[in-house]
Amino acid sequence: MEIIKINKKDWNGGLAKSRKAYRLYGPIRVADKYFSEFGALAEDEVPDMSATDTRLSPKSIAFPPSEVMLEYTLDENSEDCNIMKVPEKEYPHRAIIGIRPYDAAAYLLVKKNFDTSEVRDPYWCDAYDACTFIGLAVQEPSLLDFSTSTNSGPFDESGLDVLLVDAGDSYLAKVITDKGKAYLKAAGWGKEAGKDAAGKIEALKKKAEAKIQSSVSFDNIRQKSVMELFEADFWEDTAFACMNCGTCTYVCPTCWCFDIQDETHGKKGVRLKVWDSCMYPLFTLHTTGHNPRDAKVQRVRQRFMHKLKYFMDKYEDGIMCVGCGRCIRSCPVNIDIRNVCQLMNG
Amino acid sequence: MLAYIDKIKEISGKLLKDGKVDMVIGFRKGSMPMMNEPCFVREAADVQNLVWDSNCGINLANYLAGRKEKIGIIAKGCDTRNIVTHIVENKIKRDQLTIIGVPCKGMIDRRKVSERFEKEIIEAEEKNGSVIVKSADAEDTLKKEDLLQDNCSICIHRNPVIYDELAADLVEEQKDVDRYADVRKIEAMSAGEKWRYFEDLLAPCIRCYACRNACPLCYCPTCFVDESQPQWVGKTLDPVDSRTFHFLRAYHCAGRCTDCGSCVRACPMGIDVRAFTKKLEKDALDLFGWEAGMSVEERPPLDTFKPDDPEAFIK
Ligand code: SF4
Ligand code: SF4
Ligand code: SF4
Ligand code: SF4
Repeated sequence: MEIIKINKKDWNGGLAKSRKAYRLYGPIRVADKYFSEFGALAEDEVPDMSATDTRLSPKSIAFPPSEVMLEYTLDENSEDCNIMKVPEKEYPHRAIIGIRPYDAAAYLLVKKNFDTSEVRDPYWCDAYDACTFIGLAVQEPSLLDFSTSTNSGPFDESGLDVLLVDAGDSYLAKVITDKGKAYLKAAGWGKEAGKDAAGKIEALKKKAEAKIQSSVSFDNIRQKSVMELFEADFWEDTAFACMNCGTCTYVCPTCWCFDIQDETHGKKGVRLKVWDSCMYPLFTLHTTGHNPRDAKVQRVRQRFMHKLKYFMDKYEDGIMCVGCGRCIRSCPVNIDIRNVCQLMNG
Repeated sequence: MLAYIDKIKEISGKLLKDGKVDMVIGFRKGSMPMMNEPCFVREAADVQNLVWDSNCGINLANYLAGRKEKIGIIAKGCDTRNIVTHIVENKIKRDQLTIIGVPCKGMIDRRKVSERFEKEIIEAEEKNGSVIVKSADAEDTLKKEDLLQDNCSICIHRNPVIYDELAADLVEEQKDVDRYADVRKIEAMSAGEKWRYFEDLLAPCIRCYACRNACPLCYCPTCFVDESQPQWVGKTLDPVDSRTFHFLRAYHCAGRCTDCGSCVRACPMGIDVRAFTKKLEKDALDLFGWEAGMSVEERPPLDTFKPDDPEAFIK
């Protein structure tokens, strides 16, 4: 596998050069704040490579909080009256700089839902296909990072095209895909890192993994029946503090639920895809007025059962969580998925 | 405030053992620094799990509405005022409750702590009015009073206004507090400046409604933003819709808001939503001489009519 050495002195210059062919996204330090958010970088903006994590996940690059899917007109004089049309959309190449490996891995989990053998969500898939993920290895994991136990990890390459490893005055860029190679070329970075680079990355990886303090296990969850978990007696206690604010699902890189809304202004209208959350009562409200998940405890259970059981059973995969810890950090009442996973696994 | 916990456990344990209550609502230790989790305890033995420190800012009155049990609730000043509001608004019955009042000395705003450090906070320990904070690469001892939630530093009702038990002696209330300096600043702005101020304030809002859900006042079975037949408010991040939500919610809290700060604490985007409610809270005081939740005997000004209302602002 090819490893390129990028001298940090050439970093900003390379980014600038790559802009000719790519639109750049990255962590942006929020002015006067202690955290960063993921977003499109302005003309002269450079990504905040020191950000441990972004407050919201980078999922919005392919799954924005609201997105127009279709447009229509109600104007009877128009020949397109009442016809839903796909608006023109452009998907220029995007380079996602400094995405953390677990966030890129989360894209793969979300892909299972938006890109199946039967259906392909064109909005998500087109945006995703346009992305080149230039990930940054986690070398100083946060207290809440439990990614090593979720099939991801601080140096996880599965969702990436290039893995950058901080080696002091340079980045070691491990080329994972052709897409990644093309990006490095566009940025003008091509200096081979030398024979010892692979070993160095491996050593840094071990070091980073050793720093991760928390973990989850879900082996037993796999064996248990849905009903056993569904009817477990800890849900009332687990759900008590929850205020159903949905924050956990909004900050999560793997939560994919959305609502479809029509908005009409005068004679023109749009059909939108808008973030939604299983934590909200409206999410499951039927037109009859019946709500199968009327009570808070049912909604809390749904979130954890989906992430830690249904997903696993349906896709015969791990859990629907990459262990970024955002939901724990942002929950106003400290509901901790690690604890719930432990209860379920118990 | 740390010393309160033994007394809290003692009272809670006794209430449960004597069968005076079916459950006690309080806090248990959180899984990360400066966080505790609201919880309930049903067995006397489990009161050991209860904690009390300066990280109990969530308003526990929020967990009462509509409950049927006999409940012991651990309540600081603002919580008791929202309990009063709940009682007045028939969300809970007074005789269902045993209120374990906690004289409060202010709650810590964990964002203010995070802002002072370059790296993530690993540990924060409270000691005699100080907080010893360890981050991933630094350690510092900070004064608690510099870290208080904004609403706590201007609070003039730290003591519970209604209680059946007390976890400690009452504390001295803060005097000569200028509660409305920030509101006056906004009031003095031109219309255009105000507009920009609120646009900037709401720009990061993701419309998760955590502010609403954390608020004990927001107990409507279906909030107007969740109505779908008809639908009053759009669901995107269009500023018109965000604005509509915030303005309407604030008005709905007029004369009821106790300035407990739960809304601000809950907002994942760190938006100071009190900028709305505080103006109305100030108006309720200026126009009706009203402070919310001070007595179970009185109804809030906006749901009563008195022939001798001052009404100076209408005339
Ligand atoms: S963030 Fe916490 S309180 Fe909000 S819905 Fe999620 S678990 Fe519940
Ligand atoms: S469930 Fe929580 S820890 Fe897991 S990926 Fe989502 S936000 Fe991260
Ligand atoms: S609006 Fe905010 S400050 Fe006022 S009562 Fe509700 S949560 Fe407390
Ligand atoms: S909690 Fe914050 S982000 Fe969520 S709706 Fe309220 S102000 Fe907006």
